[in-house]
Amino acid sequence: MSVLESGPVSDALVITWRNLKRIPRIPELAIFAILQSIMFVLLFAFVFGGAIPLPDGGNYKEFLMPGIFVQTIAFASATTAIGMADDMGKGLIDRFRSLPMARSAVLTGRTVADVIYQAGILVVLMLAGLAVGWRVNNGVEKFLLAVLLLLGFAYVMAWIGVWIGLAVPNTETAQQLTFVTIFPLTFISNVFVPPESLPALLQPIAEWNPVSTLTASCRELFGNPNPNIGDGFPSQYPIAVTIGWSILLIAIFAPLAVRKYRNTSR
Amino acid sequence: MTNAIVAEDLVKVYKSRRGSQEVRALDGVSLTVPEGTVLGLLGPNGAGKTTTVRILTTLLRPDAGFATVSGYDVVKQSRDVRSIIGLSGQYAAVDENLTGWENLYMFGRLYELPKAKTRERVGELLEQFNLSDAGDRTIKTYSGGMRRRLDLAGALIGDPQVLFLDEPTTGLDPRSRLAMWEVIRGLVNAGTTLLLTTQYLEEADELADRIAVVDTGKIIAEGTADELKTQVGGERVEITLEDAGRIEDARRLLSAVSTGEVEVEPRTKRIISPTQGGSKRLLEAARILDDEGIEVEDIGLRRPSLDDVFLTLTGHKAEEETLEEDENA
Repeated sequence: MSVLESGPVSDALVITWRNLKRIPRIPELAIFAILQSIMFVLLFAFVFGGAIPLPDGGNYKEFLMPGIFVQTIAFASATTAIGMADDMGKGLIDRFRSLPMARSAVLTGRTVADVIYQAGILVVLMLAGLAVGWRVNNGVEKFLLAVLLLLGFAYVMAWIGVWIGLAVPNTETAQQLTFVTIFPLTFISNVFVPPESLPALLQPIAEWNPVSTLTASCRELFGNPNPNIGDGFPSQYPIAVTIGWSILLIAIFAPLAVRKYRNTSR
Repeated sequence: MTNAIVAEDLVKVYKSRRGSQEVRALDGVSLTVPEGTVLGLLGPNGAGKTTTVRILTTLLRPDAGFATVSGYDVVKQSRDVRSIIGLSGQYAAVDENLTGWENLYMFGRLYELPKAKTRERVGELLEQFNLSDAGDRTIKTYSGGMRRRLDLAGALIGDPQVLFLDEPTTGLDPRSRLAMWEVIRGLVNAGTTLLLTTQYLEEADELADRIAVVDTGKIIAEGTADELKTQVGGERVEITLEDAGRIEDARRLLSAVSTGEVEVEPRTKRIISPTQGGSKRLLEAARILDDEGIEVEDIGLRRPSLDDVFLTLTGHKAEEETLEEDENA
């Protein structure tokens, strides 16, 4: 029998299919995710942006957009966490666990579907970015590499979301917990302001923050203004550090999530 | 006859969140369900019914004891168990944002059925459960009864040998409940082995071959509905007099024909006379009283209901909420 008829791959695809089917049925979720990001674009591009001078006089809107992409993807963990907590609460996870399916499929199917979903949101945001004056200046190859890094990070955030979703008692907690952890992560970074304007105490955090390294990687690859935080290692090799972070975080959170899933209500 | 389900001395202990206090959700539950029969697990909230089902369906590991389903160990051969069982839970566990068809298709594929076979089964089940017209609508638009039916259809998609239904009609209105009973009876007639939990005595009476009464993590009685009723006591003639003044006379007269001590309730003018032999004894009692000119307001033959059984066995009513922690917590 083909691997697509039964077994772990087939099961994961079925779960992916299920999660993708849901998206158009709850359009509010995608619409609010996009609106929130667009609100940030408008707020910073047209309200605060004028008051934030870039050190070498670059275009603030070009500086901002890669940060917005990363912020949106970082918040994707909330979508995953809420979805997972919802499945737990509604008894669907129990149903899955009573079926002779591969247990890994519930988590891999969910995370893969969430990355596809984030890719869709990224397309909309990039179009919005082009509309406000963001440009890609370094050619297709580097652009695709940046997209790959963004989607890789989306996959990491999805696994963190799975773990949070399984660890919390309900969807409300899932939402709040991801919110309070992701928000500081995106603000103590180079997303909205040039990092040199941050207090000295926060600069090392901002420099090593994966949100910063990914944002710096994208700015570099898109050819957007990219003021360095310092001359530390993450600032010089943002792409390498971003890949390192992604591997490290997956290596931590995927096993945690899998263990949490196995021990659910045991 | 082979046993489809065997459980021996299952124990499950939950630690309470706040401290060292332990809740023994199951305190040595043993049961057997022969193939092709229906066991009703009857008990109030928090008695341990759901915990028992969760262990037998591999969702929960017992702390002690062991259990098999169709010969497979629920802990060591959990995957084998999962491929031959169907579970329909207390809460309709279906995806609200998928259609009925999509839900069943998903469950079928995850049951490892091939695509073509799954499509065929989904069509059959939607038909069987009277959901064909609603198959293309998302579950959000379904009524409570439709959700339950779809949930049950989901449990049946892999043609399970053994079916577990955890409170299949809790929260349904009377009409949907009757419809659900009809569906379950159909499955039972087709020979499915079924373990059913319920808080409703009537439901156990209606659907189960044998009933196990569970209270505070233990099985306190087991047998057919008739056996349980007999265990509590046989029939009785219940009489309400017109005149409270004649109650002692009536008691004296009835004592001669009763099989046990006659109870009187002067306040309600009621007399309860244990008896055996059915309507003959009823007529006899009526005649004796009539001969003495004692006027009767109401007279009837009563068999103990399962409610009486429950009350006698547990000391509390079935519907009474227990103060124990919710077993799903």
